[in-house]
Amino acid sequence: MTAAVDTAQTTTIHGDRVSLLRVLGPAHVWALGVGIVLVGEFTGWNFSADKGGALAALIVCWIVGLLYTSVAMIDSEVTSTVAAAGGQYAQAKHIVGPLMAFNVALFLVFAYTMLEVSDAILLGDTIVAKAGVEGLTHNSFIAATIVVLAWLNYRGVLMTLNVNFVITAIAYVSIVILFFSVSPWTQGAVLKLNELVTPGNALPYGWIGVIAAFQFGIWYYLGIEGTTQAAEEVRSPARSLPYGTMAGMITLLIAAAMTWYVCASMMPWEYLGITYYPLWDAGKLSGSPLLENLLFIATLLSALASANGCINDAARAWFSLGRDRYLPSWFSAVHPKYRTPYRSILFLLPIALAFAFIADLNQAITFSILSGVLQYTFMSINIMMFRKKWPLGTIRRGYTHPFHPLPAIVLFCLCMVTFFAIFLGFGSQLIAMTVFYFLISLWFHFYRYKFVRRGDQFSMPWPKPQGY
Amino acid sequence: MARYTPPQQSKAGQIFDIAVVVVAIFVALWLPLKLGLAGAAKSIDPLDAKTWDALGQNATMASIWEKLGYTPETAHDVIQNHFHYIIDWPTLIIMAIVLIAYFVFLFRASDKEYREVINEKFDDK
Repeated sequence: MTAAVDTAQTTTIHGDRVSLLRVLGPAHVWALGVGIVLVGEFTGWNFSADKGGALAALIVCWIVGLLYTSVAMIDSEVTSTVAAAGGQYAQAKHIVGPLMAFNVALFLVFAYTMLEVSDAILLGDTIVAKAGVEGLTHNSFIAATIVVLAWLNYRGVLMTLNVNFVITAIAYVSIVILFFSVSPWTQGAVLKLNELVTPGNALPYGWIGVIAAFQFGIWYYLGIEGTTQAAEEVRSPARSLPYGTMAGMITLLIAAAMTWYVCASMMPWEYLGITYYPLWDAGKLSGSPLLENLLFIATLLSALASANGCINDAARAWFSLGRDRYLPSWFSAVHPKYRTPYRSILFLLPIALAFAFIADLNQAITFSILSGVLQYTFMSINIMMFRKKWPLGTIRRGYTHPFHPLPAIVLFCLCMVTFFAIFLGFGSQLIAMTVFYFLISLWFHFYRYKFVRRGDQFSMPWPKPQGY
Repeated sequence: MARYTPPQQSKAGQIFDIAVVVVAIFVALWLPLKLGLAGAAKSIDPLDAKTWDALGQNATMASIWEKLGYTPETAHDVIQNHFHYIIDWPTLIIMAIVLIAYFVFLFRASDKEYREVINEKFDDK
């Protein structure tokens, strides 16, 4: 019999208190962040070319890279100071308040669960495309992916992230191998950028297309902030989290630039904008069977690594909600043997499966992006409040990000542009999701909050915030 | 300030709360799909002459399309499938109002709850 303790960061089993294990290092943090995101290079980013042309995809690669650099800088400071499972959820709880924390956890769960769904659809579609068998559907591959990865997460975080480290590294190396195999220093042999991206087709929709491209430009990096979810399982959060997150961001900026350069130099933008497998297609177009098969395998591995990390993160956010009684405390149980938030993992499994079968890749990606951008908007305001309530020198920070408040302002402005970009394609969905968050917030504030222990929501050993 | 003691929630209450959240998630995500509200306005601008030239493809582009297994006829619907970006101002205004109202409520209500948390936490300090 397992009974969740209401407020402690543990579960009590036969009188013993069991908590999440502190077993992870910076490499695992890198694997978690990059593992979740790298699939974006294998599919998703290229839909921004569809929205605005090949040059628009490059422009948003840089500008959205700036957005995520701001996210990584802000996140590193706050997380290295508020090191608790739930990442941004724990930050919101200590800096803004319980209702915001509840919303942030839902943003996280939605963003990661829908990203997991996108990964599973990509994996299924890639296998079906490779098999080329009439009548073969992706359903069984999708179901197998989600169930097997949920089982892996159920069994333990160390094994999960060790697997992620290996498969993410292989997928990343495949991009580097592709890049150097197509002679990037020579135009005309394999790469033909000048002939494919011309003054006439570089921005086919003009600047409105560049803004529209922001929607899928987010996909180059979406999920890097997931590194913070491991805060409570990292041996040295103040060191490992900033190091792993910033290293991850640098890795991704390099991968994104290489990916755009190779793909835009190998296929017309109209095709690049609709294909589900831009890097695999680049491998095929290189004429090398070795590269083609390497990129096929790397596409699968990147989808697996991402889905794996997403299950890890979504479950921890859900677990945190249960632990603080924002949702029924039943979810806060830690597995007595594997020390994982197993009930949260199992609860989210059928939700992911259901959406994998009713949504297509484009829609699942958009669901994920919507929740991600809502979360980034919160982060830009959160860091301002953090610095105001505890100015530098009043508490010990593991890392202090430079140029404050510039990254927060840049992040906020880019979030506004992205909302407009989403409006250009998925405005009704954005309204529907915001109405959902609004209604569920009313439910929490006026009903569910009564089950929450007030003082226990603030667990950091900090002085009283200024202004309170 | 007296320490707040929350009520104990029954098992039935917990199950009901879980059901509320699950139903809300499915309605928010599934309903726009079911109502066909998801997806951007994209439509094909047809051309009479279906040649690589007419489709605006130079020799390099044409050779890549062919490598990918396309002919001018099959590539026509891909190349001529365009977005038509029209700003629907009423929808944009509704979206902005919903977003602003949501964030304003979120921060104001959170602040009210946060003051209770801080008051209880630092009451005796």
